[in-house]
Amino acid sequence: MNRPIAPSPSRRKFIKDSTVLISGLVIGFYLPMKSGRAFAESMQSKTVYPPNAFIRIGSDESVTIILNKSEMGQGVYTSLPMLIAEELEADWSKISVESAPVAAVYNHTGFGMQLTGGSSSIPSSWEQLRKVGACARILLIRAGATTWNVPEDECFAEASFVIHRQTNRKLSYGSLAAAASKLALPENVTLKDPKDFKLIGKATKRLDTPLKINGSAQFGLDVYLPGMLTVLVARSPSFGGKLMRFDATEAKKIAGVEGVYPFENKIAVAASGFWPAKTARDLLEIEWDETAGSELTTSKMRADYLALAKTEGNIAVSIGDASGKINQSFKTVTAEYELPYLAHAAMEPLNVVVDLRKDACTIWTGTQSQTMDRAMAAKIADLKPEQVEIHTTFLGGGFGRRANPRSDFVMEAVQVAKLIGKPVKVVWTREDDTRGGYYRPMWADHIEAGIDAEGRPLTWKHTIVGQSIVADTPFEAFLTKNGIDSTSVEGAIAMPYSIPNLEVSLHSPKNAVTVQWWRSVGHSHTAFVVETMMDELAYLAGKDPIEYRLSLLSPDSRYRGVLQLVAEKANWNQNKLPQGHAIGVAVHQSFESYVAQVAEISLENGKVRVHRIVSAVDCGIAINPDGIHQQIEGAIVYGLSAALHGEITLEKGKVVQSNFNDYPPLRFSEMPSIEVHIVQSNQPPTGIGEPGTPPVAPAIANAVFALTGKRLRRMPFDQEAFG
Amino acid sequence: MISFSVNGKPVKVDADPGTPLLWIIRDTLHMTGTKYGCGIAQCGACTVHLDGNAIRSCVTPVSMVSGKNVNTIEGLSETSIGKTVQNAWKDIDVPQCGYCQSGQIMAATALLSKNPHPTDAQIASAMDGILCRCGTYNRIRSAIQKASEKLGDTK
Repeated sequence: MNRPIAPSPSRRKFIKDSTVLISGLVIGFYLPMKSGRAFAESMQSKTVYPPNAFIRIGSDESVTIILNKSEMGQGVYTSLPMLIAEELEADWSKISVESAPVAAVYNHTGFGMQLTGGSSSIPSSWEQLRKVGACARILLIRAGATTWNVPEDECFAEASFVIHRQTNRKLSYGSLAAAASKLALPENVTLKDPKDFKLIGKATKRLDTPLKINGSAQFGLDVYLPGMLTVLVARSPSFGGKLMRFDATEAKKIAGVEGVYPFENKIAVAASGFWPAKTARDLLEIEWDETAGSELTTSKMRADYLALAKTEGNIAVSIGDASGKINQSFKTVTAEYELPYLAHAAMEPLNVVVDLRKDACTIWTGTQSQTMDRAMAAKIADLKPEQVEIHTTFLGGGFGRRANPRSDFVMEAVQVAKLIGKPVKVVWTREDDTRGGYYRPMWADHIEAGIDAEGRPLTWKHTIVGQSIVADTPFEAFLTKNGIDSTSVEGAIAMPYSIPNLEVSLHSPKNAVTVQWWRSVGHSHTAFVVETMMDELAYLAGKDPIEYRLSLLSPDSRYRGVLQLVAEKANWNQNKLPQGHAIGVAVHQSFESYVAQVAEISLENGKVRVHRIVSAVDCGIAINPDGIHQQIEGAIVYGLSAALHGEITLEKGKVVQSNFNDYPPLRFSEMPSIEVHIVQSNQPPTGIGEPGTPPVAPAIANAVFALTGKRLRRMPFDQEAFG
Repeated sequence: MISFSVNGKPVKVDADPGTPLLWIIRDTLHMTGTKYGCGIAQCGACTVHLDGNAIRSCVTPVSMVSGKNVNTIEGLSETSIGKTVQNAWKDIDVPQCGYCQSGQIMAATALLSKNPHPTDAQIASAMDGILCRCGTYNRIRSAIQKASEKLGDTK
C-alpha cells in the first residue's frame, strides 16, 4: 500500500474540480489544466486509468483507491475500498489506497465539503463509491469487447480481468487501462443486487495493518521537512487569559532555540527539535491577565447549571401536557444528572507541519476537516484556497477533535509559519492537548417523570443545560433552529418509547470554555440520562428493564431487534451470575444505528469494576463485519474511560488535569470481555464509529443499581465510593 | 558525543546528555516508528528495548544509553520473536488508529522474550502501562496469546 501521504506532485497538479454529472453521480477527471507536459510525462511513466478521481489502475495491475475520508482508526481505508472493489470486480490483493487532496470532487456527499465525521463515511459513500466502481468496470469491459471486436454483453469482469464468456479469452485490467481511459463515461450504471456481493459482508483484514505493526505508518508528527523548525506554543493557562508581558532571556539561552515570537495572545518558541523547544518554553517567564476566567470554577458552574436545570428552557419538543400530568401520575420520580467536560485525548497529540511560501502553502496534518482547514489556512496566509495543499496523514485518533469548526490547530500553525518564515512543525504536548479546550460540554439535566397505574410512562419533563457546540461556528446555521442546537438535544427528543406527555427544553449558557463534538456528540450525554431514567421507571413499575422497554416500543421498531438479541446473547433471563455481580441494560440509537448493551459489574475496593459487555448492533448491511466488531469494541472502551474516569475540571479558568496521570483513559487491566453481535439486515448501511459509545455508561449505572440499589446520576462513576 | 547502537547499527550523537532518547530517535535519527504520547512515562507509546528490556524512551536521558543497544520497532522484524509477534498482530488485526501500536508491540515482544508463555495476569501486568484510546486491548491479549502459541510450536 502506498503511504497515504504526498502522492506524486505531478499527479496532484491535474486534479481539478472539473466534473461531469452522470445519473446524479459526480465523477472528477484528471485533466491537464495547468501543465500539459507534466501530464504527458506521467502518462508515459505509468498508464493511468480511469479518468476518475477515486480509482487509478496502473499498467502494473495496481488498483489505487483515492480516499476522501480520513483514517483515524475507524477502518475507512478498508471499508471504502471494499465498496469500490465490489462493483469494480477488482482483485482485492491488488488494492492500495492513498489520501485525496482537497478538491470539490472529494466533498462529502451530504455535507458539501471534505469532512470525516458524524459516523457518516460509509452511509455517505455507499451509493457514490459503488457507482464509481461500477462505472469503471463498464468501461473496462467495453475496452475489452472492443479489443476482441465482440458484443459487450458477451463479456464480464472478475478478479481484475475482463473475460469473453464464449471463448474464455481474458484481458487484465492493467492491459485495458489505457484504452478504457479514452472511452466516454456510461450514462447509466446498475448496481449489484446485495445477494450477489462477494466482498461486502465478508470479514476483511484492514489494509493499513501491515503499516501499523512496523512503525512505517506516517502520522502528522512523523513528517520532517528539510530546514524545518519545531515549534511549541505557550498559550494562556486559563480560558480568556491575556498575555501581558514575558521575558525570554533564559529561554533563548537553550542550544537549538531559533527564536521566540509573540503572536495572537500566545508565544511561539522555535527550535531545532522538540526537546530544545520544550525546554525553552518551560523557561519563559510570562505574565497573564487571568481575570476573565476567574468565575470559571467547576463547583460553582455545577451549582449554576443545576439551578438553571430547575427552570424551563427553550422548548425543543412538547407533546401533550408534560407538566400538568405530573400530578395525575400514579408514581413519580425526579432526578438530577451531571456530566463533566471531557477531553478527546487522542494518543497522537495535535500537530501540524506547514511549509508556507510566497504563493503556496503546503500542510501536512491529521485532519478530519480538509475543506474548512484549507479555507482558514488560505485566509491566514492571504492566499487563494487553491494555493493551499493539504496532505492528510494517518490520524493518531480523532474522536471529533481533529474536525475543529474553527480550524484552531491549523489556523495557529499557519500563523506561526507566517511569523517564522521557515517550514514549521507545531507540536502540542500532551499537557497542551489536555488543557487546550474544545471539550465535550459539561451538562446538567433535570427530569421529572411519572407512570400510570399500569406502570406505563405517563409524563416526562426533561430540562438540559449545556453549552452549544455549534454556536458562533459555521455550523450554527445548519444545526440550530429556534434557539435549539440539535446536537444538544439529540437522543433526548425523538424518544422511541411510548410516552404520551413529553417535554424537553434546553438552556445553552455561554462561557469562555471552548467546546466541540466528542465521539457520539450529544448522544454521549443524552443516552446516559434517558436510559438510566427509563431503568428507574421500569423499577418503579416493578417490571423487568428489557420487558419494560419492549412493551413501550412500536412493533416495527429496530430497537426491538437489538434488545432481543442482546437479551439472548447475554442470557438476560436466566443469568447465573457470580456472587456480587449484577447486570444492567441500555439501548440507544445514534447516527441511524441501534446498539443495545448488557454490562456485568461488581464492586472492587469500593469502585465499580466492569467484567463483561455484551453488545448487539443494527447498522444495516454490514460492510466489513470485523470492522464493525473493532468499532464497537473501541467505542465501548472510549465510553468506559468516560464512564469510570473521565473528567475535566476548572479552577478559576484553569484546567486542573494535565496528562494521562490525572486524566486516565481505561488501561489494559481494567478491560472487560466484550462481545459484539450484529443484527442481520438488508437496510442501507448506517454509522458505526460512534454508536457503540452512548449505551456504555447507562448500562453500567443500571447494573450498579441492580447490585446496590444506588442510582448513579453523576459521571464519572469513580467519584462514588461504595462501602 | 554519545555512542550507542540502534537496531544493531552504531550511532554517535552530539546532544545535550539530558535529552530524552525518544527525541534523539525521532528528531535526530528521523526514525518515526517510536511515538510521543505523554512525555512522562504514562502511556508507553515511546517504548523501545534497551539491552532487551522495555523502557520508556521519553524519560530516558540519552546519556543513560551510552554504550548500550537500543532496539526500535523498525528493527523488530529482524528477530524471529519480533516477526512472530508482528504476524500475530496481523492475524488478529489489532490496530485501529495505530499510533500506540509500536509501543504495544515492543512491550509484548519484551514480555515474550523473557516469558514465552505468560499467564493472563502476567500479560495484564506487562501491558498495563501502554495506553490505547481506540480500545484494542482485548485484541492485544489475543495476539500475545497467539504469538505465545507459535513460540511454543517452534520449540
